[in-house]
Amino acid sequence: MPVVDLRDITKRFGQTVALAGVDVSLNEGEVHALIGENGAGKSTLMNVISGGVRQDSGSMALHGKPYSPSDPLDARKNGIALIHQELSLAPHLSVAENIMMGVEDSRFGWLDRQAIESRAGVLLSNFEHTGIRPNMPVGKLSPAAQQVVEICRALAANAKIVLMDEPTSSLQREDVGHLFSLIRKLAADGISVIYISHFLEEVREIADTFTVLRDGKSVSAGNINDVTDSFLISQMVGRAVDNLYPKRPPYSGKPETVLKVKELGLQPALQSATLELRRGEIFGIAGLMGAGRTEMARAIFGIDKPNSGTITVKSRAMAARGGQPALRLSQGLGYLSEDRKGEGLALKLSIADNVTITRYGPCSRFGWLDQAKQRRVSTELMQTLDIRVKSSEQPVQTLSGGNQQKVAIARLLHQQADILLLDEPTRGIDIGSKAMIYETIAELADQGKAILLISSYLPELFGMCDRLAVMTRGRLSPARPIDEWTPELVLEKAIGSGDGDSLENTHGH
Amino acid sequence: MDTEIPQVIDAELHETFFRKWLNVLGPFLGLIAVVVLFAAITGSPEKYLSPFNIRIVLSQTVIVAISAIGMTVVIISGGIDLAVGSTIALAGVVTALTINAGLNPVLAVLAGTAVGGIVGFVNGSVISRLRVVPFIATLGMLGIARGTAKWAANQQPVDVSATWVNNLVVTFPDPPWLLLAPGIWIAIVLAVLMAMVLRNTVFGRRVFAIGSNEAAARACGISTDKLKIWIYSLAGIFFGIAGVMQMSRLRQGDPTVAAGTELDVIAAVVIGGGSLSGGQGTILGSMIGALIMAFLRNGCQQMGWANYVQEIIIGAIIITAVAIDRIRRSKT
Repeated sequence: MPVVDLRDITKRFGQTVALAGVDVSLNEGEVHALIGENGAGKSTLMNVISGGVRQDSGSMALHGKPYSPSDPLDARKNGIALIHQELSLAPHLSVAENIMMGVEDSRFGWLDRQAIESRAGVLLSNFEHTGIRPNMPVGKLSPAAQQVVEICRALAANAKIVLMDEPTSSLQREDVGHLFSLIRKLAADGISVIYISHFLEEVREIADTFTVLRDGKSVSAGNINDVTDSFLISQMVGRAVDNLYPKRPPYSGKPETVLKVKELGLQPALQSATLELRRGEIFGIAGLMGAGRTEMARAIFGIDKPNSGTITVKSRAMAARGGQPALRLSQGLGYLSEDRKGEGLALKLSIADNVTITRYGPCSRFGWLDQAKQRRVSTELMQTLDIRVKSSEQPVQTLSGGNQQKVAIARLLHQQADILLLDEPTRGIDIGSKAMIYETIAELADQGKAILLISSYLPELFGMCDRLAVMTRGRLSPARPIDEWTPELVLEKAIGSGDGDSLENTHGH
Repeated sequence: MDTEIPQVIDAELHETFFRKWLNVLGPFLGLIAVVVLFAAITGSPEKYLSPFNIRIVLSQTVIVAISAIGMTVVIISGGIDLAVGSTIALAGVVTALTINAGLNPVLAVLAGTAVGGIVGFVNGSVISRLRVVPFIATLGMLGIARGTAKWAANQQPVDVSATWVNNLVVTFPDPPWLLLAPGIWIAIVLAVLMAMVLRNTVFGRRVFAIGSNEAAARACGISTDKLKIWIYSLAGIFFGIAGVMQMSRLRQGDPTVAAGTELDVIAAVVIGGGSLSGGQGTILGSMIGALIMAFLRNGCQQMGWANYVQEIIIGAIIITAVAIDRIRRSKT
């Protein structure tokens, strides 16, 4: 008998149909992947199962019995735990307090701290990490350790079914392995896991079975090993995607050097980076998280003040420390932050405001904004980038991750940036948006723009770049043409010659 | 594949332990600095630090200190309450009217306290049920409570007949072996009690949880709406008690009293290490914050400085305290 059995679940929010008939079923100890593009209805489905939202029609059963949770607490009591995409812990509280939140031991309202810490300790010991102690403040832990705390919290309420909504999006790549071993341990203990992800490699590595959602419907399901990646992708997007990375002819214009960075340093994160970026090329930067890649991009753009080095933009050389974002913008640089929600977009403002914010010029006269023009300009870009929303007036926070990222890219297009610093432009977004962004980047390179592409995803770097350099603990390697690199070579370089301490240095800021 | 997680080094742990103390130590050092400074510049430390003067300072602190206990809870939960001064006035007026109606003073004190609790309950309900942000909800209540107080008191101070309530915050307590006014002892007991509640009860930890990450708290099945109503009601009870003290001090229920007290109270909490973004704050810190401001005011008076000088200095201190806190935090 399946542990969870969903039949024909539907849900609509006003005009929008979020779920239009979803069937999912999974067995005890099974890891079930829920795959689908953003907006396919995965998060709504998770909310239905975990009691946050009630379905309009359709039935749910747990262990063969009808199940309809009245609220999240009820779902939790029924053994269902939802682990959110973003880590949702209280940083000021201790590990034990976070794990036992909502189900604290107490006597007449007084906390039984000893019981809480010892129960939390038992749960933690399941995972054999002596590193995390119950009385530590959670804010001090690395993201990987925080994820362990979240999973322990799920178990504290005796969860039998754990729902994970893109759990790796807040993790550094090397921590994903740790997470997977935790999931395997859960499954071995008879706990069923529903795992949402965009990354097919991940899904393939961890899941036993899968369901593909498209436009709110479950369109295919089965054993993950019986199907190919291209089958899954075609199910997700509803058409065959033969090649994600567009083929580019060699750049036909003059390969003039537009950005020269010499011995740029921002200690301790960035020791020394030297590179030359030419028109018409896509220059890749590989490396582990925390190796200093983001710091380099920020230092080039003048967000953080470097201690040393010189930066030459279009033959104007100056000490790197003199850079300011305003100056760099006027020099034609554009920056796409890896932290889309934190510093990339103004979430509460409309798409139109977000797109035009770096260059109000064409939409204003004597300081007065022409809002109709703003809307027109952004609507055009929304069509170019295939951002499918009702209007450019919509606040950015109502968009899916993929669409948000496209808005960030649209801003760079509107800015008419000449030199683009793109930090993880496709992290955590759906495959359709990814394809669109790759296409846009390739087109920009064809137009003679210079592009610096920072990514942790090797296939992306190999698919897109002309040249590549690797950042290792704050030092940037010399660049080499992409066909002189292999993934193994990049990884070897990124980890550094043999010693493994790069893994431990990644937490803390 | 092994399940080992990068370890948190011990040095970091010690650092957090140290930091925890620093959070209380900072305001404490500030208090000492203020006391030493004024003892020196008034030219007569024996007068400034005399038991007499200290009694005066402590009596002056009682109202802000008791209010700051309630405010600490609200601020830790990520909220704010701007209706403190009006609530104090309303509670004072109600206490005075109840005594004058010939009821037992104990009942009058309870009535004043309860009125504070009711105001807080309304605040909490508006914030959680009607989804009005705390700043606006309590800003509205600031006017409503003040208006109600004036209405109840018929727009003039209510003189109160002499009972023991009038002696709660006197400089020289009767009996003398109390050493300090009963109101000061009440403030101390309430502070200790609330510190324990925040540290050791499920309620207390949930106050921190909701302020640290409200979404997480809700996802864990904590009823955040009910919790907020409790928090604002509890805070209101403290403001009600402060109102009783205010009435006792003036020996009348003055509906126009304590205008702007909320700013002193918020300042005390913030100087004491409370974070307006929630999740952080201690009762001890807030009490020290209240004392810093009381000693400062008193010192300025002793120096014969005009009221505006006090205002400027206190304003500067608030900004300095928070700026120092920011700098300290950014060094992590």
